Amino acid sequence: MAKDVKPRVKVPKSAAAGEAIVIKTLISHKMESGQRKGDDGNKIPRSIINRFTCDFNGQNVVDVTMEPAISTNPYFEFQATVPEAGEFKFTWYDDDGSVYEDSKTIEIG
Amino acid sequence: MKRLKGALSVMAVAACAASGAWSDPVDDTLVLNGETEMVTRTSAPAHLSDAFDEIYSGWLFRGTETRAMQADDFDNPGMIFVEQAEAVWETVDGSEGKSCASCHGATEDMAGVRPSYPKWNEAAGEVRTLEMQINDCRKTRMGAEEWKYTGGDMVNMTALLASVSRGMPVNVAIDGPAQATWEQGKEMYYTRYGQLELSCANCHEQSYGMMIRADHLSQGQINGFPTYRLKNTKLNSAHDRFKGCIRDTRAETFSPGSPELVALELYVASRGNGLSVEGPSVRN
Repeated sequence: MAKDVKPRVKVPKSAAAGEAIVIKTLISHKMESGQRKGDDGNKIPRSIINRFTCDFNGQNVVDVTMEPAISTNPYFEFQATVPEAGEFKFTWYDDDGSVYEDSKTIEIG
Repeated sequence: MKRLKGALSVMAVAACAASGAWSDPVDDTLVLNGETEMVTRTSAPAHLSDAFDEIYSGWLFRGTETRAMQADDFDNPGMIFVEQAEAVWETVDGSEGKSCASCHGATEDMAGVRPSYPKWNEAAGEVRTLEMQINDCRKTRMGAEEWKYTGGDMVNMTALLASVSRGMPVNVAIDGPAQATWEQGKEMYYTRYGQLELSCANCHEQSYGMMIRADHLSQGQINGFPTYRLKNTKLNSAHDRFKGCIRDTRAETFSPGSPELVALELYVASRGNGLSVEGPSVRN
C-alpha cells in the first residue's frame, strides 16, 4: 500500500429534495507516473490510483478512469442531485490492489 | 492611415492601463473558510515607513484560482501536511517517552506561538526560529533525534503550528536583545549577492508588482510560510525560499538554519508585522 494515503470528502449535511449539491473529494497519494527515473537511473514503477467512483444509495454517480498524467493528491469536485436522504459512498482503487473508501450521509431538510 | 494611427494609439493606452492594473496587488479580501477575515494589507510597521506606506501579503499577487484555493481548508493542499503533523504531534518519540502533546496539550493551545517567532531565547542567548525551538524540544525534552531543518517532518510541524495561529497578526520583537540579529538581517536584506548583484530589496522593495519573467513579484512577505507551492506540490519553508532566491542571484547560498538565514528571517518577518499569519498558504 502506498504511503500516507488518506481520503477526504466534503458533502453538505443536508439538502432539499432534488437539489444539486457540490461534492469535493481529495485523496493524498503520490501518483507516481512510472515515467520518472530515480537517483539510480532506473524507472520508478508506476503507482497511481486508477479509478474513482461515487455511489448514492447503490446507484452510480460518477465512475472515473484515472491516468498517469494526473498529478499528486488527486482532487475531484462534481455536482450530484439528491432525490432522497441516503449515503454517498466513495471508492478509490490503487494500482497495488488497495481500495480506499469513505462515505457520507445526507439528510433531506 | 490617420485613422489607423488613432486606433493604434488607443490600443497602446489600453495596453498601458492593463499592465498598470496588473502591476498592483489585486483588490481582494481573504476570508478563510467563509469565517475568518485575514489581514492581507495593512499600514507598514514603523521601521519600514521609509520604504512602504502599505504592506501586502503575497496572496494578493497570486492568480484568482490560487487565491481561492487558499481560502478553503478543504481546497488547500497544504492542509494535508497539517493533518500529517497532527498525527506526529500525538506520537511518542525518543527516550523520554513523550510526544509534543504530553507537554503542550492540544494543538489549538499553541495558537499565538507562530506570530512571535523568530524570537530571543534568554537561556540560549540567541534568536531562535520555530524550527530551532522544535528541535530543542525534541532533543532536550523528548530525547528524540533532531529533524532536518527543512525536512518533511519539520516543515509539516511548522505548518501545523502556523495553521492554529492563522488570522493572528505577525508580531516579532525587533528591539532589546534581538536587535543585533535584526540589524544583521537588515544588512543582508540590502546587500547585493551573487553574479547578478541583486539584493532582496532590488526585487521585493523596489520592484514589487512588476513581472520577473512569468512571475508577479510580491513584497517577499513570509507571513504565509510554510507555503504549499503548486510547482513542487509540497510545503516549502522560509529558509528554503531564501536559499532559492539567493541561488537565483547566482550566489553561493547560506544553508537553511544558519545564523545568517535566522537573522534574515527575523528581519523579513518584521517587515510583515501586522499581516495575518497565513501558513500554510498556497502560492505558485
